[in-house]
Amino acid sequence: MTLHDVTPPATRPSRRTLLKGAAAGLVVGFHLPASKALAQGAAPAPSTPEINAWVVIRPDDTVVLRMARSEMGQGTRTGLAQLIAEELHCDWSRIVTEYVTPGQSLARNRAWGNFQTAGSQGIRQSQDYVRRGGATARIMLINAAAAQWQATPEHCVAKDGVITHTPTGRTLRYGQVAEAASKQLVPQTVALKDPSAWTVIGTSRPRLDTADKTTGKLIYGSDLKMPGMLLAAVQQCPVFGGKVKSFDAAKVKDMPGVRHVLQAGDNTVCVVGDTWWQAKTALDALPVEWDYGPNRTVSSETIAAMLREGLNASEAFVGNTQGDAKAAIAGAARKVEATYGYPFQNHAPMEPMNATVVWTPTRCDVWCPTQNGEAALAAAAAAAGLPQTACDVHRVDLGGGFGRRTTHDWLTQAVLIAKQVPGVPIKMLWSREEDMVQGRYHPVTMCKMSAGLDAQGNLTGLHMRISGQSILSYVFPNALQNGRDPVTFQGLNPTGAEGQFGYTIPNLLIDHAMRNTHVPPHFWRGVNNNQNAIYVECFMDELAHAAGQDPLAFRRKLMANHPKHLAVLNAVAERIGWDKPAPAGVFRGLAQQMGFGSYVAAAAEVSVDAAGKLKMHRIVAATDCGVAVNPRQIEMQVEGSFSYGLSALLYGECTVKDGAIVETNFDTYNVLRIDEMPKVETIVMPSGGFWGGVGEPTIMVAAPAVLNAIFAATGKRIRQVPIKDQDLKRA
Amino acid sequence: MAKLNVNGAVMEVTAHPDTPLLWVLREQIGLTGTKYGCGVAQCGACTVHIDGQAVRACSLPLSAVNDSQKIVTIEGLSPNGMHPVQVAWRELDVPQCGYCQSGMIMAAAALLAEKKNPTDADIDAAMTNICRCGTYNRVRAGIKQAAQTRQG
Ligand code: FES
Ligand code: FES
Repeated sequence: MTLHDVTPPATRPSRRTLLKGAAAGLVVGFHLPASKALAQGAAPAPSTPEINAWVVIRPDDTVVLRMARSEMGQGTRTGLAQLIAEELHCDWSRIVTEYVTPGQSLARNRAWGNFQTAGSQGIRQSQDYVRRGGATARIMLINAAAAQWQATPEHCVAKDGVITHTPTGRTLRYGQVAEAASKQLVPQTVALKDPSAWTVIGTSRPRLDTADKTTGKLIYGSDLKMPGMLLAAVQQCPVFGGKVKSFDAAKVKDMPGVRHVLQAGDNTVCVVGDTWWQAKTALDALPVEWDYGPNRTVSSETIAAMLREGLNASEAFVGNTQGDAKAAIAGAARKVEATYGYPFQNHAPMEPMNATVVWTPTRCDVWCPTQNGEAALAAAAAAAGLPQTACDVHRVDLGGGFGRRTTHDWLTQAVLIAKQVPGVPIKMLWSREEDMVQGRYHPVTMCKMSAGLDAQGNLTGLHMRISGQSILSYVFPNALQNGRDPVTFQGLNPTGAEGQFGYTIPNLLIDHAMRNTHVPPHFWRGVNNNQNAIYVECFMDELAHAAGQDPLAFRRKLMANHPKHLAVLNAVAERIGWDKPAPAGVFRGLAQQMGFGSYVAAAAEVSVDAAGKLKMHRIVAATDCGVAVNPRQIEMQVEGSFSYGLSALLYGECTVKDGAIVETNFDTYNVLRIDEMPKVETIVMPSGGFWGGVGEPTIMVAAPAVLNAIFAATGKRIRQVPIKDQDLKRA
Repeated sequence: MAKLNVNGAVMEVTAHPDTPLLWVLREQIGLTGTKYGCGVAQCGACTVHIDGQAVRACSLPLSAVNDSQKIVTIEGLSPNGMHPVQVAWRELDVPQCGYCQSGMIMAAAALLAEKKNPTDADIDAAMTNICRCGTYNRVRAGIKQAAQTRQG
């Protein structure tokens, strides 16, 4: 069997064509297998009643819920289904989900809203309109049944996909009235249930999409097959900002399976072949000369020197200020100062970047894993040289995202390649090595913490000077506020529902000396909260010790005005048994922070043996995310966040030499594995009245809780991430 | 031309002898359940069984395998996804993104074939696969649950 004989997956990905229908906005959708996707203008399949943008009900009672947000392992698909189902009153066992495309949404005036799946927003930013979608559909289904019975809708109830006319006991299934419901008038106002009446939201439903992940059947972007498809392997100039000077295609063009040797854009060489392995083998043999550009002299050392200069620079953007911190510290009975640092880190999702593209002069279709379908469409259209209406992006589930797949440099590259092989499906896949050195990295920063304590050990002034990269400067420069990057101050803000600072300090100054490098920074699970929480929470620990006070008691004195921050901190302290001695040889640390609209805290138990070997035994996490849609999913996200955050703490570091990233694979960029993963106990404590995120918040407290526990164990303050090369032997 | 025994069927494949088994499985045979994660035997996403042993297919050239060896991929682990490990995985909702899970499941199945009741230390030693989503604690629980159901 050769590659080209392989049958494409029958149902996904699909290219869906929509025909605008009747007055009620009835839309006919149909699936095409990937192979047929290339045949333009295929005849429409039989119509499927769409009740509204979110809900389609088939005659066999299958409930199709449409998804704008992407599934990358964080459970958003299941959570969103719960939100819709809560109001729809459908049979949970009949639910299937499908992705809508950004092209469809564009054609319908953004009927599906925002596609962005990042910032722990998937649930909290969609919850209102998807619940309304479910409620509206339920009312239309009931109205259709009532009309059929010539009864009043008020006498009908819907439960588990069956409508009952209460006075007579007559019933109709959703599938029987779906067609009629799709023609009902759309109710203009719908009342959503009071949370006390919820029966689906707040329950630990198993995920809808687990089965295919246990059998190898789930098709990821890197698994796509299409008839006639060719495979592309790429290498971009290893120094960001560099270009291709020349390459010798003749040297590799006769190697087995090689079809094309190309350049994509000004910085990438590419081999297109019959198989990816053949393409990659030829690419590895391709002689390339690079024009490295002006960044060839940049190294980790030069970047560190630049950041150190920023720690004491006179100019800085202010994030939070109260009173006069500098004067208070200068006049304090006792001064405490410490400098911390956080490195570049790669997202390293398990599935390397990839995209499959078919380009013709009039149309461009893309199949890819992306965290933002709309941004992917915009990137594809720009690279294709076509209007967005002549392009579309067909999503597949992601083999991890963590922020990397919110930006589409790799998609642009794939389209630029496909453009040179018109009409032929091109699947571009990055090697792990390419993925490691062409990342969009966790921003690099340093931080100088300075504080004043009075004679009683009370904190009278705190100055937090961050020096380092701004993500927005690189990603969305238009979102800067007079040059200031507000995202830098995640978790440190004086006000707001997203990430408020949890301490009241009479004299406070938090400021940022922006120092950017050529290494592109990006949103990375937890984002700036990761280092901000380390800086604040480890320094709070330092201050408590300097004041001779218990770290929990010291914090509590500053948190009286922040009851929700305090509640999660108290919860983890109680669960870990803070007021009781730890097991022999085991030491504890605490941390709290607010981020992505949620309040989180962690308490860690670690031991460090005589040789300096760290063991993380147990971490307790508390999350107040306002509303908990699925407690089991939240547990999984907490475990995942801790794994990711502790991996970053133990090992995460990308270094720069001669302008390029040095670490090229998991042998030099190690990550946490099962033997190092601590037990995780999750306390889900939703206090109601707001919707916070859960995919990221707990990541930010993992590292500081462990670092504080390491200090308790060893008397050593680790102020630079990662730990891997640092000596943890008792001081 | 080389002959391989994959999931109980003997088949002929045409590929350079240096081609890693992973890419033969994925690109020649069309079995994409086995994943590429690193290509250097670090992550375990490409784990398959060869005569019952867990092997990282990215680092095994085609020339090192012949049709006397039985290769089993995730697609061939059980007829209907009913291997005790797969069942436990579904009951505990182990996977997140799922990309590493074929390899995790194959490694776990090989471990259980060797040790009926693996200890935590056995699991730590055998399960060196990388999961970036952080499913490790559920992987551990899943192995223990599968061990129980096998004996029950
Ligand atoms: S792909 Fe084989 S071990 Fe990573
Ligand atoms: S489940 Fe995503 S990498 Fe393991």
